[in-house]
Amino acid sequence: MITKFAFLIPLLPLFGFVMIVFFLRWKERLSAVFSIMTILAAWVMSVIVLIETLARHGEAYEAFYKFVDLPRFILEIGILIDPLTAVMLIVVTTVGACVEIYSVGYMHNDPRFSRFFAYLSLFLFSMLGLVVANNFFMIFIFWELVGLTSYLLIGFWFEKKSAADACKKAFITTRMGDLGFLVGLFMIAFYFGTFNYGGVFAKVGEGVIPAGIITAASIFVFCGAVGKSAQWPLHVWLPDAMEGPTPVSALIHAATMVAAGVYLVARSMSLFVGSAEASLVVAIIGLITSFMAASIGLVQNDIKRVLAYSTVSQLGYMIMALGLYGYDTAQHGHSPGFYAGTFHLYTHAFFKGLLFLGAGSVIHAVHTNDIQEMGGLVRKMKTTAITFMIASLSIAGIFPLAGFWSKDEIVAAASHHPIFLVGTLGIAFMTAFYMWRLCFLTFWGEPRDQHRYDHAHESPKNMTYPLVFLAVMSVIAGWVGLPWLHQGFASFVYHGEAYHPHANYLLMGISLIVGLSGIYLAYLMYYKKSISAEAMAERFRPIYKLLYNKYYFDEIYHAVLIRPVLAVADFMWTFDARVVDGLVNGTGWLTIKWSDIKLWFDTWIVDGAVNGSGWLVRQGANILRFLQTGSMQFYALFILVVLIVFGVFKLEATAVLVGWPFVSIIFVLGVTLLWLFTRSAFVRGRNGGQTKSEE
Amino acid sequence: MLSSLVFVPLAGMILVMLIPKDKIQAIRWTSVIVSLVPMLVSFWITWDYFFNHSGTSAMAYVEGPYSWIPSLNIQYYLGVDGISVPMLFLTGLLSTVSLLASFNITNRVKEYFAFFLLLEAGMMGVFVALDFFLFYVFWEIMLVPMYFLIGVWGGPRKEYAAIKFFLYTLFGSIFMLVSILILYFTSEPHTLNMMALLDHGPTMGHTLQMICFIFFFIAFAIKVPVWPFHTWLPDAHVEAPTAVSVILAGVLLKMGTYAMLRINWPMFPQVLRELSFWIALLGVIAIIYGALVSMAQKDLKKLVAYSSVSHMGYCMMALGAFTSVGAIAGCMFQMVSHGLITGALFLLVGVIYDRAHTREIAAFGGLGAKIPVYTGIMVLFSMAALGLPGMSGFVAEFMIFVGAFSGLNKIMVGISVLGVVLGATYMLRMVQRVFLGEFNMAKWGGLTDINAREIIAVAPLAVLTIAIGVYPKPLADLMQATLEHLVNLMAR
Amino acid sequence: MLAYLVLALVLFSIGLFGVLTRRNTIGILMSLELMFNAVNINFVVFNKFVATSALVGQMFAIFIVVVAAAEAVAGLAIVLLLYRNWQGIDTDNDSVMKW
Repeated sequence: MITKFAFLIPLLPLFGFVMIVFFLRWKERLSAVFSIMTILAAWVMSVIVLIETLARHGEAYEAFYKFVDLPRFILEIGILIDPLTAVMLIVVTTVGACVEIYSVGYMHNDPRFSRFFAYLSLFLFSMLGLVVANNFFMIFIFWELVGLTSYLLIGFWFEKKSAADACKKAFITTRMGDLGFLVGLFMIAFYFGTFNYGGVFAKVGEGVIPAGIITAASIFVFCGAVGKSAQWPLHVWLPDAMEGPTPVSALIHAATMVAAGVYLVARSMSLFVGSAEASLVVAIIGLITSFMAASIGLVQNDIKRVLAYSTVSQLGYMIMALGLYGYDTAQHGHSPGFYAGTFHLYTHAFFKGLLFLGAGSVIHAVHTNDIQEMGGLVRKMKTTAITFMIASLSIAGIFPLAGFWSKDEIVAAASHHPIFLVGTLGIAFMTAFYMWRLCFLTFWGEPRDQHRYDHAHESPKNMTYPLVFLAVMSVIAGWVGLPWLHQGFASFVYHGEAYHPHANYLLMGISLIVGLSGIYLAYLMYYKKSISAEAMAERFRPIYKLLYNKYYFDEIYHAVLIRPVLAVADFMWTFDARVVDGLVNGTGWLTIKWSDIKLWFDTWIVDGAVNGSGWLVRQGANILRFLQTGSMQFYALFILVVLIVFGVFKLEATAVLVGWPFVSIIFVLGVTLLWLFTRSAFVRGRNGGQTKSEE
Repeated sequence: MLSSLVFVPLAGMILVMLIPKDKIQAIRWTSVIVSLVPMLVSFWITWDYFFNHSGTSAMAYVEGPYSWIPSLNIQYYLGVDGISVPMLFLTGLLSTVSLLASFNITNRVKEYFAFFLLLEAGMMGVFVALDFFLFYVFWEIMLVPMYFLIGVWGGPRKEYAAIKFFLYTLFGSIFMLVSILILYFTSEPHTLNMMALLDHGPTMGHTLQMICFIFFFIAFAIKVPVWPFHTWLPDAHVEAPTAVSVILAGVLLKMGTYAMLRINWPMFPQVLRELSFWIALLGVIAIIYGALVSMAQKDLKKLVAYSSVSHMGYCMMALGAFTSVGAIAGCMFQMVSHGLITGALFLLVGVIYDRAHTREIAAFGGLGAKIPVYTGIMVLFSMAALGLPGMSGFVAEFMIFVGAFSGLNKIMVGISVLGVVLGATYMLRMVQRVFLGEFNMAKWGGLTDINAREIIAVAPLAVLTIAIGVYPKPLADLMQATLEHLVNLMAR
Repeated sequence: MLAYLVLALVLFSIGLFGVLTRRNTIGILMSLELMFNAVNINFVVFNKFVATSALVGQMFAIFIVVVAAAEAVAGLAIVLLLYRNWQGIDTDNDSVMKW
């Protein structure tokens, strides 16, 4: 059983990547061949896996290994092969192989030719890993890895500023969605206790998880899908992503990676059916996105951007169908939504891949993206034109091409919800119109730029063969889902119980008429010119401007998100440098100041006390030195005065000894004598001093 | 075994000092060869620990306790367990890598390499010490060479940065010393043996525990650095020579979180429980704040430095969610992975600085066309830094988030997830402005691609980053028993 | 007894007055001798009236006479030296021992 080795399917392109990066980088031809070999091998394995899965009647195969094994904390990686996986494997490897072969022609002469194939291989590894993942943790790993490769490939021609901007924008915008996805994962880990799909869905089925938790978890998980599948309000990155090489746009931004969001919703459908609210949110987001993108597509002039908006619109279609399925099932109704969404995912990959490759072929020939500078190219490049128009018919939903069958199911899914039905038909109409506007402007009429027209030429065979192959697929791929088949797509890929589609001829008729009328209007405006496009644009000027400027989403995001974040970042930086670091430096400054104060204190108070005592002594001496007259007699007098003073104090004691009268007499006599002495002494001393100084 | 980790670099330092100073090549290669010994020993320990000791939480390769200063009951006691082994591995690896990346030092070569080996001895010592005194000694020993390495061989504002780093860390160390003394005097008999103190649990009153915890926390938080103690980090990183930045980011920052896990957390579980919310909050602030500040940087090195603040914020958030083995393991993963990734980023910034003599982001542009190999490696590590799956950063962040979500306030964790987008934004803005866009041939025409020696220095980091990202189980297994033991200690 | 003491007091006071006021160094020495003698009288008087048994006062008086003689010798020698140095014996000449 090859399915056991299904883990090799993603590993093969990884092997290719490693070989190219480390060994084959310098040999361009060999790099490309090796890369293509690996994807073809993966394709063969995918086909076998699909057959084996069919043989098992869709029974799932699962195998897993421990990634992190800690007490009460286990992360696993593993593979799960069920019908949905098997179909996705086919889609990814088929488109991947076509794109790689096509790229050999498209990228020739590019200085980074080998690197391109390395990146493509890395992308295919990530995408296939995402598809075979058996749990939410692992799908997140590869989810991010496809983001990386998308980043690398959008920015492949990074010298162009627009490409450099676009790749960053793509990565960051999808990461915004992943933020929600991450929170969803934490909720799953915490409330469900496992990341394993089966384990999580079983818990939902048991009904042990509160409804609010399921709703919140589903919506958070859906955030990831919104980012990756470029749903409103995170759709802005996808049109810019067209800056990448066209094969990349075809592979990543049309057929596979952007479908990962749809795949995620389909994969976790059991979660969504647990919550009608969450499903309704999904459906509404899908409808808004689809309608908005289709309306923008009506007026764009860049061939790849029209296709990009078309992709956004179609992805919204699928998301809406899945959401409606979840909503109906949550309310115990029946709905073809799941079948419709997955089936459209499958058919869309072929015809949208083809459209992009066709557009690439055109760009390769005329070296411009602007459809206003093309025209009449059908005469120069027949294969491209015919295949492109087949794909356009398919996406417009014309019987009996692939797009017809899947789109019809989406209409059927929306048929119970009037608003959704009207929206769906409106979108179908717009889709037919803008696709055929594109076709008429590019391939029919007169060349509007003669110079470019003259140099145009059909692309080499390795580019046209994939176109032809995909064109065939665009026709027949839908036939596996014919409503008359008993063992068709619906009975293979289903959620819950197998769904058996039945042909609703009324709806088929309506959707066919809508598609045809869209094409007819485009025919009148851009081929016959019986209705002037310019006049229309003039008449509905405000709407035209609004659509032409893509509802100003980029400008709004720039104003309300990017600029404020950068401003906050700058503010934080200033805050950090001024306030937080200011505090640290301020503490340092304060310490220095404090030490200055301490220094002052030390010099003036502590040392000042020492010096001050000296100073005091000196000052005291300065006063007292006047007593040091040098005159013996003055000293003697001083002694006498002191004696008398002491005598006065000791008067009483003396009186006891010799009697009061004696003391009194001596005292009076003494004081009298002292008075006499001092008087004469000072008078004469002063005179003496004067005479001395005169000498 | 463990002693050799400390003393071989010390001996190497003396050896280098004996070489005449004009024999520059001899000095360089002697230091590299000396550093190979602890590197290989640490590799062997990792290997042997994984196969023979990872089943239990007990200390392995224990040396001692030998009495060292008997009067104070200070012991020479070394040992490793599941949380120190990865750190030893990282230290051994990054020391050699940094020495290899130091060959562009031409000024005072002898002193430089001598200091570097002393630094290595100190770092190894911190991760193997099981005695507080020993731990403190090693912790402080490292400061000295670091001070000189930044202050002598640094950039234009080296003195300022060196003094700031030194004083800031020393300021924290004082608090640690106080706490150590409190632990010493409240234990009966007085001991500084970490294992004994850990086994007994806190014997002091609640207030004292709180003081002890907070003092330890301040000391370690400065080292991590936890917001708002982080401002020494950008200055030190920007001014330090490349190799020192690598060590600073790769090992020194880890010592903070390591010490928290080893000492702070299990020793004061009651206090931890009360404060865990605030600790995690500091982490969340650091995540968002560091990312936003990074975004505003104009200097490559400063950008990486602030991204460190953001990344260490994840560690703090994980430490806040201490009840979950997953979160603590995530913290350990983040420590290892941040050491590898940021170390590599600093190396790479050094590579371009050596050639262009500027780190100004705006001065570059379109380099991807001229130096593709360098660009490839740089983009690889930028992706690793922003948490791309397949590389170690993602595993760490994911484990932290999942663990924290179960252990912490859910809204807080939800907000912290913003860091993932902001991380992508600043990294990709940097990549875009440096490598993508128009190439200025006139200005950068002479730029040469990364050379073999530099690739050899970066390659092991790249290989490990991817290896852990692709297959994290061995690392998780290695720590598993220890972590469970720690979580049990914290839960008591 | 009072009469003796008053005598001594008067004598002492005259001596003191002389010491303090005379500018002639010889005069000062002579006044000093007066003060010694006043003290001698006091010793003798107090010995007579207070300590009758021994001849302590008288002995002291004799001592003082001896010392006074010696003092007069030293003093006159100094006076002679002063005169030699300053060509005068006025005390104002001596007041150089000051700040």
